[in-house]
Amino acid sequence: MGSPKPLNAPNPHRLPSSVAREDEHLLVAAAKRGDTKAFEELVNRYEAKIFRLTMNITRNREDAEDAMQDAFLKSYSHLKNFHEDSRFYTWLVRIAANEALMRLRKRRPNQFSLDEPIEGDDNLIPQEIEDWGPSPEQRFAQTEMHEILSNVIDTLEPDFRVVFVLRDIEELSTEETANTLGISVPAVKSRLLRARLKLRQKLNRYFRQAGTN
Amino acid sequence: MNCDDVIRELSNYLDGELALSAKQDIEGHLDECHDCKLVVDQTKLTVEVFCDAKLVELPNDVKSRLHEVLRRKLGGKGN
Repeated sequence: MGSPKPLNAPNPHRLPSSVAREDEHLLVAAAKRGDTKAFEELVNRYEAKIFRLTMNITRNREDAEDAMQDAFLKSYSHLKNFHEDSRFYTWLVRIAANEALMRLRKRRPNQFSLDEPIEGDDNLIPQEIEDWGPSPEQRFAQTEMHEILSNVIDTLEPDFRVVFVLRDIEELSTEETANTLGISVPAVKSRLLRARLKLRQKLNRYFRQAGTN
Repeated sequence: MNCDDVIRELSNYLDGELALSAKQDIEGHLDECHDCKLVVDQTKLTVEVFCDAKLVELPNDVKSRLHEVLRRKLGGKGN
């Protein structure tokens, strides 16, 4: 049984270490020695999560599949360079995110640039503030909720989406996200805040409308 | 602390990255400001619904092709 969430307190993210099992380092060590069965076990553990990551970044199934395949192939061929100073999964996420970002840049060269200067902190105050009711999650069937969330994340600009995906969905730390994307920690924080506020505002349209119908 | 300050620190607050005094300042403001309280609660819920949704499943054909590629390129025996 899991422990209950503390009441009236922020909910810090679960640590990525919750993903890793205790025997992971044994599998990694065996895979480094060329044991493809051990590597295959690592693939079996993480393939669904890595596909989710590449899909969430690229929002294109073909690119997501290619990025996932290349991420696993590259992780195998570079396994000797993995010095286990981080979790294998975190290392794999960084490889997969880079593969996905490469494809996103190719497909949307004018819409995606991590090189842009950090945005100023102006105009952050939300404009649409309405009550969502006690539990919007319970007002929608699961499939309907998935459709809403997919639509909403699709419309988030890639610059913000990749930061949100790495930080909030994949639960990388701010520093890991900055290293993966090659941007500064303040840039990650700024974009994460904006991504969260934009997503809230987009969800507000669905949840507010549902509340008034 | 005003509404601007709260929104600027919103992510740090949700992630538990604020010093105790700053956290208390925000919570004092939230006790008084209904709009900020809604934004903070809704933003927290926004993060949670995306975390919990498992929006993307790995399709069987994509999984099969991945394992086929790995078998072919790594020379393993496969499953």
